Amino acid sequence: MTVAAFTFYAFAVTTLLGGLMTVMSRNPVHSVLWLILAFISSAGLFVLLGAEFVAMLLMIVYVGAVAVLFLFVVMMLDIDFAELKAEMARYMPLALLIGVVILMQLGMAFGAWDYSEGVAERLAAPAGEVQNTAALGQLIYDKYIMLFQLAGLILLVAMIGAIVLTLRHRTNIKRQDILAQMYRDPAKAMELKDVKPGQGL
Amino acid sequence: MEDLLREYLPIVIFLGLAIALGAILVLAAVIVAVRNPDPEKVSAYECGFNAFDDARMKFDVRFYLVSILFIIFDLEVAFLFPWAVAFKDLSMVGFWSMMVFLGVLTIGFAYEWKKGALEWS
Amino acid sequence: MISADIQTVLPEIVIALYAMGALLAAVYTSKDEVAPLLTWLTGGLFVVMAGWIGYNGEGVNVAFDGAYVDDGFGRFAKVVILLSAAVVLVMSQEYMSRRGLLRFEYPLLVALAVVGMMVMVSAGDLMSLYMGLELQSLSLYVVASLRRDSVKSTEAGLKYFVLGALSSGLLLYGASLTYGFAGTTLFSGIVEAVEGGASIGLLFGLVFLITGFAFKVSAAPFHMWTPDVYEGSPTPVTAFFATAPKVAAMGLFARVAFDAFGAVTGEWQQIVAFLSVLSMFVGAIAAIGQTNIKRLMAYSSIAHMGFALMGLAAGSAFGVQAMLIYMAIYVTMNIGTFAFILGMEKDGVPVTTISSLKMYSKREPLRALAMLVLLFSLAGVPPMVGFFGKFYVLRAAYDAGLAWLAVAGVIASVIGAFYYLRIVYFMYFGEETEALDGKMSPVLWVSLMASAAVMVVGVVNLFGIEPLAAAAAATLVN
Repeated sequence: MTVAAFTFYAFAVTTLLGGLMTVMSRNPVHSVLWLILAFISSAGLFVLLGAEFVAMLLMIVYVGAVAVLFLFVVMMLDIDFAELKAEMARYMPLALLIGVVILMQLGMAFGAWDYSEGVAERLAAPAGEVQNTAALGQLIYDKYIMLFQLAGLILLVAMIGAIVLTLRHRTNIKRQDILAQMYRDPAKAMELKDVKPGQGL
Repeated sequence: MEDLLREYLPIVIFLGLAIALGAILVLAAVIVAVRNPDPEKVSAYECGFNAFDDARMKFDVRFYLVSILFIIFDLEVAFLFPWAVAFKDLSMVGFWSMMVFLGVLTIGFAYEWKKGALEWS
Repeated sequence: MISADIQTVLPEIVIALYAMGALLAAVYTSKDEVAPLLTWLTGGLFVVMAGWIGYNGEGVNVAFDGAYVDDGFGRFAKVVILLSAAVVLVMSQEYMSRRGLLRFEYPLLVALAVVGMMVMVSAGDLMSLYMGLELQSLSLYVVASLRRDSVKSTEAGLKYFVLGALSSGLLLYGASLTYGFAGTTLFSGIVEAVEGGASIGLLFGLVFLITGFAFKVSAAPFHMWTPDVYEGSPTPVTAFFATAPKVAAMGLFARVAFDAFGAVTGEWQQIVAFLSVLSMFVGAIAAIGQTNIKRLMAYSSIAHMGFALMGLAAGSAFGVQAMLIYMAIYVTMNIGTFAFILGMEKDGVPVTTISSLKMYSKREPLRALAMLVLLFSLAGVPPMVGFFGKFYVLRAAYDAGLAWLAVAGVIASVIGAFYYLRIVYFMYFGEETEALDGKMSPVLWVSLMASAAVMVVGVVNLFGIEPLAAAAAATLVN
């Protein structure tokens, strides 16, 4: 077994194990941690494919941000996971059956896979000596500019949506008004009184 | 393929070492340490009382809002990487398309700022 | 080159810029107080854009290396989408402001969703298809749970989101298999690649893609989210769901079927025919037991999608024409029906039970009559326009040698007529139990009456939509 094959199998097995344990583990927080393992090992698989940028994306976006979000969500929900699991167990046979059928179908598709005629001409030209991050950079912002701008709009919608659905403006609490603080001046805020000795105010 | 692996060799070695070290430390505790558990030792201790309930409590939904806004800007930054790497080969279109993209998200940022989503209380 | 591309997508750019500008303007001024104004402005902008696209669009313009195709088919669908979205927005203003639901983000999210829909029907590439779809869906998930303090509304949003994400996943998987086979994501390249025959792998890709689309158009057996989402969302949002997104998803479906897989019509025809039959029957039979009019409309929309898919299943230019006509009529009928539903309330609280309509004709004879016309049209009873929609798709199916499908369609529409007529029965006979209020805002009243009038007057020449749809279909199928 070459080094490449060994690394591939190591990462592949870890990814599968991580995925399986995500579903199987009893504690939802452990599930998230297993999920992170699955993400990291698939990042390794992407590196093996030569797609370093995607691997990096997986690390900074999925491991760095999405997994944290999942942890928040898991902790935010007050769900009785044992009950949920029991509910799930009822549907397990059916789910397994569907899973097996899909697996068999995909196996069939994989076994009988072939490419269309002339697929080589239609494929995008190989990047050659250019590194894949740079090659992506040359494509995304120029050729795929419309998709890129649509991605920007999708992010905007996500932002608006998150705020519309979760932000509540609390009344009856005291807020810090920075500008009011800064524009306050001693002349308005203080009053100087000359107190004569022995008289008081 | 082999070249690629050679480039990443330090990281592979590092990963291997990290895993090995972690495994050794965990296994060492299992093998070497003296274990003599009794019910009092393994029970949870909370100021002399038994634990009242689950240590995990509900988080405020605001944590979620902050982290989802973080993800959005995280993705935005991810888009900047290929742009920066390919900067010297980019056309003017490529340059300005990133400016428009950043502009769209700046509008979103201005919106969430004014809306008060970035304030905690 | 880029300036020509921008020229082609200018309508989308204008709407997106408007949405962003209005977002900032609203948040920096008086926030939710400008929401009614923004709603009307957005509606007006939609109408202007529809006029612009309808009158100015000419020929086939391909932009961004084929990722965006502006042709007659896309323009027809866009005009329908824009006009229906405009009417629904304007209809929802009064209802939502009175219940404190009208936040200024609502019209802007709808505007962004419409941008997504316009990209969807003009997609020339699997990637732009997906981006348009996500932009549309993400905005819709948010507006579905706009009433965030109601358990039903949040449930609707969550259900829609989870199942929508699942269907997006299926769609992406199908797209990746298709890409693997063809070596390109451009529809023009895929159609070239499949000319030599479809392999099993490609068939899997095709089936996954169709499954994704079936989710989006809510065709049975992928319909189960529809009733819950329709019931849970605020009624104006439901009205929106039942109109513009359906046209967009159907347009997208037809676009992929003909632009990308036009060479292997036989491969997808049977799947679409199957979806069509199942939707028609599920929609017709499951609606019978419903007591809530919003759920009933959900099943009704499932059945109608079945009929529209029948046009697509024909696989011919006439079939696409029939589908376009059907969708345009369906949208008009639904706008009127939802205008009626939005006006159903008692002491200011919206009522959606069907039994509350008992003896409605006594109190509001004109409104009951308009609803009667609309229901007859939905059922496809002859003199109404709805009948012509059904007639076109049935003929398309028959011409394409799918006589069994046409027969099934007739049977399903007879079954479906039962529940529409049941409402009519309630309105005109039935025992009066609870009296609904007589109030209705002028906008709703005009929409209801106009839609009902269209159902009757349109019999003359369908407002000349037929040659337009034929021209649009001809640009897609050649």
